Amino acid sequence: MNDFVDAFKFMGDNLSLLLNRTVDHLLLSGAAIGVSLLIALPLGFWLGHLHRASFLAINVSNIGRALPSLAVIAIGISIFGLGFLNSMVALVVLAVPIILTNAYVAVDGVDDDVVEAARGMGMRPVQVLGRVELPLAIPLTFAGIRTAVVYVIATATLAAIAGSGGLGEIIYNQASYGLPGVLAASFWVAALALLADLLLAALQRAVIPRGLRPVRHADAAVAPPDALRSSEVAA
Amino acid sequence: MTTLIAQSGPVIPNFGGGGSNSCVRENRTFCWDWFTSHWSSNFQPHLVEHIVLTAIAVSVGFVIAMVAALFAYRRNWFEQPFTIATGILYTIPSLALFQILVPITGLTRLTAEIALVSYTLLIIFRNILTGLREVPEDVREAARGMGLTRNQILWRVELPIAVPAIVAGVRIATVTVISLATVAAIVGVNQGLGVPILDAIPTTFNTEFIAAAVLTIALALVADALLVGAQRVLTPWARGRAAYR
Repeated sequence: MNDFVDAFKFMGDNLSLLLNRTVDHLLLSGAAIGVSLLIALPLGFWLGHLHRASFLAINVSNIGRALPSLAVIAIGISIFGLGFLNSMVALVVLAVPIILTNAYVAVDGVDDDVVEAARGMGMRPVQVLGRVELPLAIPLTFAGIRTAVVYVIATATLAAIAGSGGLGEIIYNQASYGLPGVLAASFWVAALALLADLLLAALQRAVIPRGLRPVRHADAAVAPPDALRSSEVAA
Repeated sequence: MTTLIAQSGPVIPNFGGGGSNSCVRENRTFCWDWFTSHWSSNFQPHLVEHIVLTAIAVSVGFVIAMVAALFAYRRNWFEQPFTIATGILYTIPSLALFQILVPITGLTRLTAEIALVSYTLLIIFRNILTGLREVPEDVREAARGMGLTRNQILWRVELPIAVPAIVAGVRIATVTVISLATVAAIVGVNQGLGVPILDAIPTTFNTEFIAAAVLTIALALVADALLVGAQRVLTPWARGRAAYR
């Protein structure tokens, strides 16, 4: 138990180290999430709007989940070498399927009657997507983003093994920081992940369009039957 | 993947067994000879450990989650605290959780199993509970009308109908555990396919990376396929109808 007491002492004594590493950690995670959103959201929305390629869009997430994060990072090392780029690419590879599938399912699952009504009102396809399908797709899409963010923050810890810095570097470096340092960084990153999840949960409530609020959106309730899957993935 | 440029700096060390082999010396993408000559000494034992780690974690997690879900199905108040507690466990990054357990349970298989089980609980619990709740009320009504007791309804009607949802949860949990079990090696639990991945990192020896990574992914896909098969066997009435949707 002394190790744990020392870990908290380490936090007090090395606050600036931990804060610096946290900034690195969040930069890496933020970059990876940004790129993933740019890739996954347009593709997911577009495929969902067309109701095409459902097999691809849904199975991409099943395969994505089967990809062990450490293995993806390891293969990345052999392609890109050590460093930030490898870790970022690995994180993008792991985050895109989660966001893509949720965005797809969200738009694909919009009630046909609603879309029909919008068309009947004379909306063009772009308007149907922008004014009807996307607002209705926000809750589930955001649930996917939230899962992906927490997953990326967790996996960025692991990615430090490829030399990308961040809090994982302390955990990997027991020789320099000792067990108290390693434990301190472990608690720190756990707190960071939980905090990110809480913040996103609050944000998730805030971004739901007013018209959808009275209904409670449990993540699982909106997903298709195969997706009695939780929309979450651990790292 | 094209040919890889060897890292500048230290010369690729002798990886043992195939040191005179030019493929290994030049650290090409994948050296099949090295892989086959190290299969029985390196990959096979770690693959078996990985399967054992996963099987134990998913079984234990399933039993705990099943008991908790059945309890929560009868007493609704239990759902929220259990979901919150397991949700917190689920959110903790695996590397951190493994590391925090090491001073308590040491570098043992137990450390790995505690962490891995904790990641299965939320997924399986939620799926069992959702599956039970989604049993149509008419079906329950009919069972009651036939004179079945509450427990008979649970075991003969509700649980069988919930099988697809339960299996879906077990599939996710299994694949997740297979992925996370590689992390155990990092904190020093010398088990599973994480060991060869970790071995290869200081030397950036591609063959070992790729072999271990591909074996892990293949294991996940095979396990997933086996569970889909198990579901088909367990729900003969669903055959011929679309299993999903």
